[in-house]
Amino acid sequence: MTADAPGAGTGVGTDEPAEAAPQSGPGPATATATATATATVLPEVPRASGPATSEIAFPPRDRYLDMLSSYRDAGFETCADLCAVDYLTHPGRALPEGVRAERFEVVVNLLSLSQRRRVRIRVQVPEDDPVLASAIDLYPGVDAMEREAFDLVGVRFDGHPDLTRILMPEDWEGHPLRKDYGVGRVPVQFKEAPGPR
Amino acid sequence: MSDDFFVDDGTRTRTAPRGAGTSEGAQEMASRVSTDPVELRREVGAVLRLPEGGVLDSGDIDVERRDDETMIINMGPQHPSTHGVLRLMLELDGELVLRTKPVIGYLHTGMEKTGEELTYVQGATNVTRMDYLSPLNNELVFSLAVESLLGIELPPRAVWIRMLLSELQRISSHLMWMATNGMDLGSTSMMIYGFREREMVLSFFEKATGLRMNHNFIRPGGVAADLPDGWRDDVDVLCETILARTYEYDELLTGQPIFRERTEGVGNLTADQALALSITGPILRSTGVAWDLRRSMPYLAYDQVDFDVIVGTYGDNFDRYSIRLNEIRESIRIVRQVVERMPPGDYRSQDRKVTPPPRARIDESMEALIHHFKVFTEGFKVPEGEVYVAIESPRGELGCYLVSDGSSKPYRLHIRGPSFVNLQAVPLLLRGGLVADAVAIISSVDPVMGEVDR
Repeated sequence: MTADAPGAGTGVGTDEPAEAAPQSGPGPATATATATATATVLPEVPRASGPATSEIAFPPRDRYLDMLSSYRDAGFETCADLCAVDYLTHPGRALPEGVRAERFEVVVNLLSLSQRRRVRIRVQVPEDDPVLASAIDLYPGVDAMEREAFDLVGVRFDGHPDLTRILMPEDWEGHPLRKDYGVGRVPVQFKEAPGPR
Repeated sequence: MSDDFFVDDGTRTRTAPRGAGTSEGAQEMASRVSTDPVELRREVGAVLRLPEGGVLDSGDIDVERRDDETMIINMGPQHPSTHGVLRLMLELDGELVLRTKPVIGYLHTGMEKTGEELTYVQGATNVTRMDYLSPLNNELVFSLAVESLLGIELPPRAVWIRMLLSELQRISSHLMWMATNGMDLGSTSMMIYGFREREMVLSFFEKATGLRMNHNFIRPGGVAADLPDGWRDDVDVLCETILARTYEYDELLTGQPIFRERTEGVGNLTADQALALSITGPILRSTGVAWDLRRSMPYLAYDQVDFDVIVGTYGDNFDRYSIRLNEIRESIRIVRQVVERMPPGDYRSQDRKVTPPPRARIDESMEALIHHFKVFTEGFKVPEGEVYVAIESPRGELGCYLVSDGSSKPYRLHIRGPSFVNLQAVPLLLRGGLVADAVAIISSVDPVMGEVDR
């Protein structure tokens, strides 16, 4: 398996097979090189690179939609995935300089079919105001994904026309994928244990 | 019946009020009078916010319709042909579908939350239950994500075994789809044939992995065991039989006038719409976009085998049918190459961190026993980081976003289920069609509710 992924023409092995990543993977030097070479939109926004995706952008919350629309204009036709992460119990994660860690993070994976590339956008969303602008006007496909992120993590998407729960029942309390949401379990009943009465 | 029959009691708020409680209002489709006009236009038009502006113009959409001319009915969640517990709310004007809203979540079991409580060793048993028609693909994407964070390389045989199983899984999944799609269109014999052939594949899986479904066979670090003796013969027979049978399906369905009448030109989708809605897999390819992750962003060793990406032209039900049928043939082509070129060697990585010592070593070495015990009780630690890995499942892009905090359990495990996203095409595909076609269209989207609800 070679590192010459089809994205090589654009200077990035965007989707290197996962097994090959450690050998050919982005070392510190190549990481900066590819990041600068591919930061086609909004170059002032902090970037990083990671395994399997060479461009990860960390826009501030108010530049999120700008970022998405610039990427869309740069040929990222489709939004592959959107999800939210609650970093309550893992605040010290690695972030590039200039990015302040907040409790929630909304992670968007964009896909360019024409360039065979992926980029990831990670937006920090604070705990006291968990609201982010909805991307539904730019990528209508995020409809269900934003509803899922709202339902399970509790990030609201401003401008979403139908922000209701999607997986949980509509009268459910709380957002299950938050880290302070109890898991809940049924106690194991052994044979010797006293019965319910 | 007058309009005030539909009392708007204010409980059906369609947009989220800021700072309200955690309940955000009804998931169900509301009657026209109590729906916000913007939202109503969106529902009637199914997709209005296309990036390039004008595929559907909101001005063309007639929302001025008296409520008593239309009827909202429920289809599902217990309807036999909605493929599991999918519930669709349809607004009908006679036989015509005006609006559709899928209501999902009936099979939600919190598997992403469960995944945070299981170690990476146990994780594959959890994810394999999501898309129950292609469990091996779920295991594969999870394992690829974990390995990507670990930075380990697999021996070639493990990669090729994974590819063999993944392609056989695609065959079995598409056969299952052929069966249920035939059933939905009234061809009971296709139902029986499809299940019969799928059972052949599942028998091979049982022989190789021990289980027909939910195998937990592809694990971080390789696969659980080597292929059983005589696997080449089994796979050869399987390929030969199923390939011959696909030509029987051609005779049964492809050329049959009734089948073509019911599928051609039904449920049309354009490439722009599909891309805007993040649709992937056979539905995207039916619109003429040659996008297959096996070809476009190869993983495993797909860049070393020869196969064609099947695309359609019209984006209708018939295209989706023929794509899946021909993908069975392409998968057989790949499987045959894998059988021919299966490299010798180890079936799992010998990285001591992730792979337990072999059984024989446990008998002679205390350290090996301790190591074995620790791998299965504590699990192995995965370096901090986050990764998104995607593979081509039979239904489209199956992605896994994995965040590790350096412990032996995932900090966040998110599975991007292709069925979940593809379901967004249903309102658009059904719009303006007949109720009778609704069943056929749902079937052609091929949603697996285990993956939709997770």
